[in-house]
Amino acid sequence: MSQTTPSQLKTDNWPLSTDQWETVIGLEIHVQLATKTKIFSGASTAFGAEPNTQACAVDLGLPGVLPVVNEEAINMAIKFGLGIDAEINKVNVFERKNYFYPDLPKGYQTTQLEKPIVGAGHVEITLKDGSTKTVRIHHAHLEEDAGKSLHEDYHGMSGIDLNRAGTPLIEIVTEPDMRNAEEAVAFAKKLHSIVTTLGICDGEMSQGSMRFDVNVSVRPKGQKELGTRTETKNLNSFKFMEAAILKEVERQIDLIEDGGDVIQETRLYNGDTDEARSMRSKEEANDYRYFPCPDLLPVLIEDSRLEKLRAEMPEMPDAKKARFVSDLGLSEVDAEILSGDQATAAFFETAANISGDARLASNWVLGEVSKSLNANSIGISESPVTADMLAGLITRIKDNTITGKVAKQVFEALWKGDGKNADEIIEKQDLRKVTDTDAIESMIDEVLVANAQQVENYRAAPPEKRSKMIGFFVGQAMRASKGKADPGMVNQMLKEKLDA
Amino acid sequence: MAVDASEIQKVANLARLSIDESQLETTADTINRILELVDQMQMVKTDHVEPLAHPLDATQRLRKDVVSEENNREQLQSCAPVVEDGLFLVPKVIE
Repeated sequence: MSQTTPSQLKTDNWPLSTDQWETVIGLEIHVQLATKTKIFSGASTAFGAEPNTQACAVDLGLPGVLPVVNEEAINMAIKFGLGIDAEINKVNVFERKNYFYPDLPKGYQTTQLEKPIVGAGHVEITLKDGSTKTVRIHHAHLEEDAGKSLHEDYHGMSGIDLNRAGTPLIEIVTEPDMRNAEEAVAFAKKLHSIVTTLGICDGEMSQGSMRFDVNVSVRPKGQKELGTRTETKNLNSFKFMEAAILKEVERQIDLIEDGGDVIQETRLYNGDTDEARSMRSKEEANDYRYFPCPDLLPVLIEDSRLEKLRAEMPEMPDAKKARFVSDLGLSEVDAEILSGDQATAAFFETAANISGDARLASNWVLGEVSKSLNANSIGISESPVTADMLAGLITRIKDNTITGKVAKQVFEALWKGDGKNADEIIEKQDLRKVTDTDAIESMIDEVLVANAQQVENYRAAPPEKRSKMIGFFVGQAMRASKGKADPGMVNQMLKEKLDA
Repeated sequence: MAVDASEIQKVANLARLSIDESQLETTADTINRILELVDQMQMVKTDHVEPLAHPLDATQRLRKDVVSEENNREQLQSCAPVVEDGLFLVPKVIE
């Protein structure tokens, strides 16, 4: 990328206002592949183990060990390539990227440079205003993750946990195609949706399963050359990514308008404090002296493997969204959310199929289910109300066994584990809709007696105001029935009595 | 292509090799002789030769994704100078 000095940037109407600047964003994303073992060893990759209990001799880089490539890591990387319409390179060479850091025991990271497994591809994103945009993927390569350094006080030393060392990653590199934080976040979410749908990553961002490096530069609108970029590393939530971009754009514009230069550097952003700082200058650290790893032979990808994987490809989010809209009659917005996450989509489809009502299923998954999951900070796979249970509940709403209000009560009871299905709770708690005229009438009479003053006010009011005022009585009567009375019948009978 | 003493120092630093200052010139001379050999090899016409990533004419065998390594922390850490709470301790590194 070419650099631009401030003097080249300055124009007669300097300084420029914020809307005269254009932001250019490119991303590098590290995606941990959901293999059971490391990329070059048979040690487990399970998250959360005791430190160094999943770091074997190969991961530790002990003398005399040799790496052996995990077939599943190759398969998963290929699936990603197929998912973004990319070329798959048939001949794969692993290279050594040399640098010294204690969480990299071998003194080099085994990665790919000249011949990455996934070539150029593209990802479509949908923005808030409904417009779409294509983000080009430059390439994606396979590599190994490093371990973790813990800088808490160990008597003035650092602690090293190498469980993560050797975990397979694909590093996905985009072209600088995004122009603001919204586009970058939309892309990040879409990528999350793609890798979880493919089943090649668990998508657990808080555990570091997807980590974003954000390259940001600014330039006056209309200028062709790119400004000097900075790279903010290791962002592991969409929220932090957005905040870090907004902060960096503002910093760069302020800096240039004050006559300064943006320096090409690596930066760190702390989401908890919303602070960013420079990490290190890249000049010397950048000399990685790559060379082909002599311990690993080239990995050849045969057509038979490609064809087998192609046949295993799941329905991708874009196709799923289109199907939800055309076949199930969902809105674009609802279909976008439901298709975005593999587990959510599967949950929704199960509930929709069993209950036979896609719209109600969509409303419930996006409504009560999402609300309860968020409130308890759990994923849909951990939901105490299963798709089957939700379908059973929806069936009882559809066949008029219960009112909408009671349905929420049944849902809460299911969530708390008060019964194994909706029918059991409806029976046990006697929640069937009351459609018995005598029972509703006596409830209404009680409400009218208890609210004599409001009845008088109602009757004194002109007819056009009455329709609003009747809501009060409906509310009282529904409350008296604990939400079980048929709202239509209550409305009808109240009107008859009050207008009599 | 030739390197001088300052480049030797830089590369030595990147490779974490300690070379005594008095040895820098001699080391540069030695490495330059190797580079001359490389220059000589560069003269061979290789227009129709595929670049070679590995001297063996073979391809990598792949391994099934099955856990084969047990926890062997105690033994593997027995050669480490300092260990605490299962962690290897190293001189403080802060980015």
